[in-house]
Amino acid sequence: MKVVVTSTGKDLESKVDPRFGRANWLIVFDTETNQHQAINNEQNLNAGQGAGIQSAENISRHGVEAVITGNCGPKAFRTLGAAGIRIYCGADGTVSEALEKFKSGKLKQADGANVEGHWI
Amino acid sequence: MTQKLTIAVASGKGGTGKTTVSASLACIAADAGYKTAYLDCDVEEPNGHLFLKPIIQYRHMVGIPVPVVDHEKCTACGSCGEICQYSAIVCINKNVLTFDKMCHGCGGCSLVCPVGAITENSRNIGVVETGTAGKVAFYHGKLNVGEAFSPPLVKAVRSAIQDDDLAIIDASPGTSCPVIAAVKGVDFVLLVTEPTPFGVNDLEIAADMVKKLCLPYAVVINRHIPGYTLARDFCRAKGIRILAEIPDDRRVAEAYSKGMLPHSAVPGYRELFEGLLNAVMKEARQ
Repeated sequence: MKVVVTSTGKDLESKVDPRFGRANWLIVFDTETNQHQAINNEQNLNAGQGAGIQSAENISRHGVEAVITGNCGPKAFRTLGAAGIRIYCGADGTVSEALEKFKSGKLKQADGANVEGHWI
Repeated sequence: MTQKLTIAVASGKGGTGKTTVSASLACIAADAGYKTAYLDCDVEEPNGHLFLKPIIQYRHMVGIPVPVVDHEKCTACGSCGEICQYSAIVCINKNVLTFDKMCHGCGGCSLVCPVGAITENSRNIGVVETGTAGKVAFYHGKLNVGEAFSPPLVKAVRSAIQDDDLAIIDASPGTSCPVIAAVKGVDFVLLVTEPTPFGVNDLEIAADMVKKLCLPYAVVINRHIPGYTLARDFCRAKGIRILAEIPDDRRVAEAYSKGMLPHSAVPGYRELFEGLLNAVMKEARQ
């Protein structure tokens, strides 16, 4: 299964970016092969509006089943939901640590947005 | 007497006196016999009514078109999401989602939809109120609370201008989209500033904006203090005309706090604003 972790950097030792839509990097991690790929999310980081929606769309193109992040707003939640992607909020520490927590079931699947949107 | 002319009163910084200047000019013009309209285009926080005290006669809702997707017809091709610059419509996993509050109402999605699955619905963003304030025709827009997108409402207020009006537009502060919507295509822009470093800094930004829009403009310095020449020096250095200097006067502030305009409360100000109106009209006709 492929999961995405929002990250401040390109590798697994980078800190988790607590923002979903405006995360610097999106790390796509394959739990079967332990391979990862970093997607630059700079375009959405600087977006005037709709960063969460666009990041969600970006992720959906990579065949991802779950997102691990700090916080998720209402529009990103709705878009990820439409894409059939599960959301796990409250991740912190490094990307590897967040992945470990996810694998051991310590992260809880979100049943709604946990923060307000930053744009209306 | 009629004089077809549209003058916008703008500023970079907020609180420099746009409403005092624009409402005063409207009253003075009407008193001089011109068919005058005052349009408060600061739709996020209109305040001209506090001074002009209009009797409101009409009220009409203003909306912007937002997409409605017929999911039966939709083939999930994604064209709508690709053209939308605001992420207001997105096609994901064979679903088309719309986010009405992010839509700018351009209609692009319905145009590019190859199967005609997108129609438009109106989303209300505010109201235009029309009335009279003495001899002045009064118009203002009131944006709904929580609404972030005001230019269509600003344009709706401006559309009330009649062909033979001497129209005075009270713009919002700053230099962003609502201000552009208020000043674009007017005959003349009057930039109101105060002689503080903040005022002059924002005046420069506002002057750059009107230059970019190729509009003729000049400056009014409000709350002028003798010997404090920051704004005057700036205008001189840039070759910008100063049409009036309104003194920093406690009596004007006291009148303001009671909802009164300077010309009706403090001796000498009627003449000052008459001079300003004449200067603006002279400049604008050139």
